[in-house]
Amino acid sequence: MRVRLTVNGRPRTADDVWPGESLLYVLRERLGLPGSKNACEQGECGSCTVRLDGDLVCACLVAAGQADGAAVDTVEGLRRGDELSPLQEAFHEAGAVQCGFCTPGLLMAAGELLERRPDPSDADIREALSGNLCRCTGYEKILDAVRLAAARTATAITTEPAGEPS
Amino acid sequence: MEFLRPAGWQEALAAKAAHPDAVPLAGGTDLMVEINFDRRRPARLLDLSRIPELRAHEAGPDTVRLGAAVPYRTVVEELRGPLPGLALAAHTVGSPQIRNRGSVGGNLGTASPAGDAHPALLAAGARVEVASVRGSRLIPVDEFYTGPKRNALAPDELIRAVHVDTARGPQQFAKVGPRNAMVIAVCAFALALHPHTRTVRTGIGSAAPTPVRATAAEEFLAGVLDEGGHWASGRPVPPAAARRFAELAAAACAPIDDVRGSADYRRHAVAVLARRTLHWTWAEYGRDPREAVEGAA
Amino acid sequence: MSRGTRTVRPPRQALGGESPGGVGESVERPDGILKVTGEFAYSSDLWHEDMLWGHTLRSPHAHARILAVDVAAALAVPGVHCVLTHADLPAATHYGLEIQDQPVLAKDVVRYEGEPVALVAADHPEIARRAAALIRVDYRELPAVHDEATATAPDAPVLHPDRTDRHAAHVAHPNIVHRQPVVTGDVDAAARAADVVVTGEYEVGMQDQAFLGPESGLAVPAEDGGVDLHVATQWLHVDHRQLAPVLGLPPERVRLTLAGVGGAFGAREDLSMQAHACLLALRTGRPVKIVYNRHESFFGHVHRHPAKLSYEHGATRDGRLLYVRARIVLDGGAYASSSPAVVGNAASLGLGPYEVPNARVEAVALYTNNPPCGAMRGFGAVQACFAYEAQMDKLAAALGLDPVELRRRNAMSQGSTMPTGQLVDSPAPVAELLRLVKARPLPPERQWETVDAATGAPGVDVRALPGGLSNAGHGEGVVRGVGYAVGIKNVGFSEGFDDYSTARVRLEAIAGEPVATVHTAMAEVGQGGVTVHAQIARTELGVTRVTILPADTSVGSAGSTSASRQTYLTGGAVRNTCLAVRAELLRRGRERHGWPEVGPRLEGGKVVAADGSVLAPLVDVLGDEAIELELEFRHRPTQPFDPVTGQGFGHVQYSFCAHRAVVEVDTELGLVKVVELAAAQDVGKAINPRAVEGQIHGGSAQGLGLAVLEEIVVGGDGRIRNPSFTDYLIPTILDMPSMPLDILELADEHAPYGLRGIGEAPTLSATPAIVAAVRQATGRALHRVPVRPEHLVDLGQDGVA
Repeated sequence: MRVRLTVNGRPRTADDVWPGESLLYVLRERLGLPGSKNACEQGECGSCTVRLDGDLVCACLVAAGQADGAAVDTVEGLRRGDELSPLQEAFHEAGAVQCGFCTPGLLMAAGELLERRPDPSDADIREALSGNLCRCTGYEKILDAVRLAAARTATAITTEPAGEPS
Repeated sequence: MEFLRPAGWQEALAAKAAHPDAVPLAGGTDLMVEINFDRRRPARLLDLSRIPELRAHEAGPDTVRLGAAVPYRTVVEELRGPLPGLALAAHTVGSPQIRNRGSVGGNLGTASPAGDAHPALLAAGARVEVASVRGSRLIPVDEFYTGPKRNALAPDELIRAVHVDTARGPQQFAKVGPRNAMVIAVCAFALALHPHTRTVRTGIGSAAPTPVRATAAEEFLAGVLDEGGHWASGRPVPPAAARRFAELAAAACAPIDDVRGSADYRRHAVAVLARRTLHWTWAEYGRDPREAVEGAA
Repeated sequence: MSRGTRTVRPPRQALGGESPGGVGESVERPDGILKVTGEFAYSSDLWHEDMLWGHTLRSPHAHARILAVDVAAALAVPGVHCVLTHADLPAATHYGLEIQDQPVLAKDVVRYEGEPVALVAADHPEIARRAAALIRVDYRELPAVHDEATATAPDAPVLHPDRTDRHAAHVAHPNIVHRQPVVTGDVDAAARAADVVVTGEYEVGMQDQAFLGPESGLAVPAEDGGVDLHVATQWLHVDHRQLAPVLGLPPERVRLTLAGVGGAFGAREDLSMQAHACLLALRTGRPVKIVYNRHESFFGHVHRHPAKLSYEHGATRDGRLLYVRARIVLDGGAYASSSPAVVGNAASLGLGPYEVPNARVEAVALYTNNPPCGAMRGFGAVQACFAYEAQMDKLAAALGLDPVELRRRNAMSQGSTMPTGQLVDSPAPVAELLRLVKARPLPPERQWETVDAATGAPGVDVRALPGGLSNAGHGEGVVRGVGYAVGIKNVGFSEGFDDYSTARVRLEAIAGEPVATVHTAMAEVGQGGVTVHAQIARTELGVTRVTILPADTSVGSAGSTSASRQTYLTGGAVRNTCLAVRAELLRRGRERHGWPEVGPRLEGGKVVAADGSVLAPLVDVLGDEAIELELEFRHRPTQPFDPVTGQGFGHVQYSFCAHRAVVEVDTELGLVKVVELAAAQDVGKAINPRAVEGQIHGGSAQGLGLAVLEEIVVGGDGRIRNPSFTDYLIPTILDMPSMPLDILELADEHAPYGLRGIGEAPTLSATPAIVAAVRQATGRALHRVPVRPEHLVDLGQDGVA
């Protein structure tokens, strides 16, 4: 079966897809985008989190055929040119990354949170990230990173010229 | 394996009629796990995610018609007013990612006793709209669950929508799991007060082969409320009656021992949740009992 | 099936660039940008043109004889390239870290559920799975042994007959892997003198490392008839040592490169898919990738030994420990793995960081038909710490003493003697760590109570309550408890093991800039060793540009990324090699420019004299002659423990951490919320303070998991009941509280920079501190971890008291 989808703004096609394959498999093994991770393949860890037509989903639970015609955003699309996004930068700087296997999914989930709620409380951050398991960090530095990104984004918005939020 | 992608509802029914072995796929939160882990290899997958009406909901004065594939997130964000119990239950499902994909229709299709929506549907009073090329029918949710992971669907039928009565009184849902997020229910309990009929309804999850109501507890409590004039006064339910209600709720369970918890613990926890949800709903009701009763008239 | 259009992804990633920051600074990870952009190539991300997918058929039985294996139907499946069974193994048939008792593929018997029996290589993972399902294996189930009583019964089935390993001679039954006593003083006399005696039986469930990146790798057949394996592991060279004999290849034709590792925590110390992928690749002549899914991962690696522990502590009326008797039984499962070393740790560290004048300890590990157990963060010390800290609380209660005060009165310190007779010859600030966590203010009570900003109406934030998002309660029956614990962990490989690491360092001028290149075989599993190596090179060589080459077997062994040892050992190796490179550079300067013998140092890319004047830019001294050296580094030698008395200088260094846990328990439902987990640890020297904090946070989180969530439940039939992330629950961000930290830096003069290995100690004491807090909140004895909700309530009363 053929699956056509738009990934990070680019139209992509995967051919000869076995109908039981997940969107995660297609991204990782057919489209050369292994940034979304395969930690549990049962929707219990969030490592494969992507945006599917804007919604935060576990790519492991989306059948490839269901993504046909959809727009998918993955961790590979977060960077603008050579510039890291504020969240990527904050994760890197705050020490939120150890083994890094959970990082792509966390970045996607935290990004969605900050879109909805630019100034989240700690409890909001915890709830929004409660579907993303991390085994290395104990989450403390991840909280630091999201707080840092939120603070920097807020500062950037208030200091930039009108009409050009970052 | 074949992947069927009907673009509309009639096409979906035709496909299901032609291939009764086709397994419906919506949010994938149950079925894809089974495929990923090689537990199930259906000959055909019937993808329902392209049918817009399944993702729509209409809130009427008396009922909400919830398309089978409406994600839990929509229930949480948009239906907290008319369906407070279901919205509370939906908020406890999995994770944000799962709530964006999983749906009440999917919960019903899987019919796991641990599905979080079931107790709330039982307590609110819901009907499951199922259809086939032969026509459609409404199944009261009490009759929908026929066994562990079995439901009343005929092989050619699909779940189209769920009709849930609009809340006219307080509703609550509580579940127990050892982890503070992203956890399958060890057991769950839902309670809905129906002041306009002076009844209460309950739902119990993960404590019997199917989701069940605690009918003896409901009848007992309705009697107490009636006899004590509580609907009008809003006075708290006497502690002894609350205890008895909890005991009867526990007695409605037929749990098993498994890795998630022992049967004894489940009975115990259902009793605690029954007592707590009674307290919470009645406290809310008691803040303005007449308005609740009159508003319902 | 096509793979779409793709280029081959390069599996080797050198890490580098310009970044300031030497030893002692919170430098960013050199692999951090690759990891936040999704470009870091983990072992499961690897891809090769024409690669096949490998799949493993595993035993459904915990103990069974294999009567026949028929692979014909599997081989007939289109797209299947190869099926291998034990009969196809080309050379050595068994492997193992210390004892080579584990078959690459089962021959005539399987000893645990999930033991590999056959392998398939196919074009697509689904083809491989379907083919594996067609392999017919006839089993005859055998009686299984699952605990000490069944394993050591006189008529028990012997799981490994004809043992020749060095432990076989001193065990009472062939199903005992190893036994280590520790005997000191006169316990019987001390028992007669004791004013207070407390006893307890404790149990620790089987914990899983639950790293997020599943076992995976890519084996690529090479033109020389050998194989290149790209794999996530903890120790490339020990994999290599086991692989070459199994593959029947000379060592130089088996080459390993570390692929990106998604966490380890001990679970990658043993082989998993390494030999299987290589065998399939060599047989088919095609690259073969194997990736376990989460279900298979639970069967694909060893777990933490479950343990049963019996303790008896005797003390004087004023709270001085007089003696301890302890017996620790560890379930090693079907194969030896690292059980002997886990036994050594449990025995030698089994009394905790206390001065105990008289002791009799016995630790054993069993062979059973349960899942094999081996390394996990804390390694034998975790199990003991849960028990001895519970005992200390019990003793404090019996004496009417504050639990921290009792610990303080018995705390070891520098100059104390371990029960093994070993002198503690570096700082051991046990009492100070306890004081620090106790001195912290307690977090505010009832943080779940909210007030609506608009209406002033009171409300509840369930996220701050036991049960969290499940809406199980709104504060009913919630009771707070506070608990303390402290632990002791060894650093590095012990008991006389020749523990060393190797570093190759090159200093050269590139495009007018001095550049240091560091090459080691250290497995970066997330801990941040690569960051530390770059920091050390910057500090010792005075450069800013450092390149970290991919870890592989073309350089000498770094030893394992375990035992809290890599910053000490490979950090030490990098430092020593840098010092030698520096010495060579200065020797050049002395010879060529007459620099003084004493005084010159490397700083800011220059050679600077003692008076601060610049002698020369590094690039001028280097010219086009790079300096490159490869040197080994060893810690001071240790000795084996005496097999009868357990006496000996067994450990090179000790590591200490203390925790205070504040919990809130829903006492009606038995749900626990850890509200705060404060820790204090002596790290000797924080090479990278932020990474140190990350290790303490992460290690503590795993201790929290063991306290209240995590257990692989194994049935009496030896089968795992919960091999999934649905039912094996690790802490989420809503389970892990904030963690205030106190970090001490008391130098150990024997160690590079005075540092102390840090990764494991936090995992030890977090568990008993949390359980102590739950005990205080509930008044329950709690002899077993993980504590489950049903352990915290009275059942049979239907909760309606």
